[in-house]
Amino acid sequence: MKSLAELQAIRDRAKAQIDLRKENPNAARVLVGMATCGIAAGARPVLNAFTEEIAKRGLTQDVTVTQTGCIGICQYEPVVEVEVPGEEKVTYVKVAPEMVARIVNDHLVNHNVVTEYTIGAIK
Amino acid sequence: MRELSLNVMDVAQNSVRAKASLVKIEVSESDRNDNLTIAISDNGCGMTDEQVQQVIDPFFTTRTTRKVGLGVPLFKLSAEQTGGSFDIRSKVGEGTVTTASYVKSSVDMTPLGDINDTVKILIQCNPDIDFVFTHSTDTGSFTLDTRELREVLEGVSLDTPDVLEWIAQFLEENTQNIYGGAEK
Repeated sequence: MKSLAELQAIRDRAKAQIDLRKENPNAARVLVGMATCGIAAGARPVLNAFTEEIAKRGLTQDVTVTQTGCIGICQYEPVVEVEVPGEEKVTYVKVAPEMVARIVNDHLVNHNVVTEYTIGAIK
Repeated sequence: MRELSLNVMDVAQNSVRAKASLVKIEVSESDRNDNLTIAISDNGCGMTDEQVQQVIDPFFTTRTTRKVGLGVPLFKLSAEQTGGSFDIRSKVGEGTVTTASYVKSSVDMTPLGDINDTVKILIQCNPDIDFVFTHSTDTGSFTLDTRELREVLEGVSLDTPDVLEWIAQFLEENTQNIYGGAEK
């Protein structure tokens, strides 16, 4: 059974590493649209896929994954916005969990936008 | 919505937008009484009686980016289509309680789905808000209270990956327990 003692151990480990992310002005942001439309279109597994992929690659200090509301393009949900500081914001549309690894690898790691997944490609 | 847990995620975000600092999510299931009840309560800004009437209307939303607001209407529909009931009570300055009650055996019952995932994502995306999640069945019940976790964590954020992993496992183990030890 999960115990609070384990949580204390996690706390001590987390305290040992300085929390860079909070002070990291260069942290990129992944915003997953999670209003009614996004959720219904399957945004939850997409957010989970981003969290997992970013943890797997050890990027948790460099990228935050969070949710946002509806930006008015419900027909293109699940919508994911990627904001890399100093670069233009990119909007990915109809995102499926299978597409996530490529977005993380190409865009967040190597700074190449995955053009065919963007809103510009399907409009 | 394919799962009630998705409705919960959606409606709980209304609490977030209402600037709540504490959101309680309670799921009570009983096969004996053929009932499942979901209650979401918050200490956010609340609504006037008139606004409460408006949120049930799909063509009402406080947002300006679009003209429809389907969160509450879909939640209400999911309950009423099973022969259950739906209720919102709210007071300005005090908060809102949304309760949906379902007849479990109805053919129109939507499965509860992965409610634990919903709770985990709500905590992950709103680490500064406290969540109290209670799930009960005929066999037993458990509660996850982020205020208690916060005490242990001493300033370490709830959205730290290892903490989220602990939360996910805590929820899963306890869920298996209250479902009689069977895999969910």
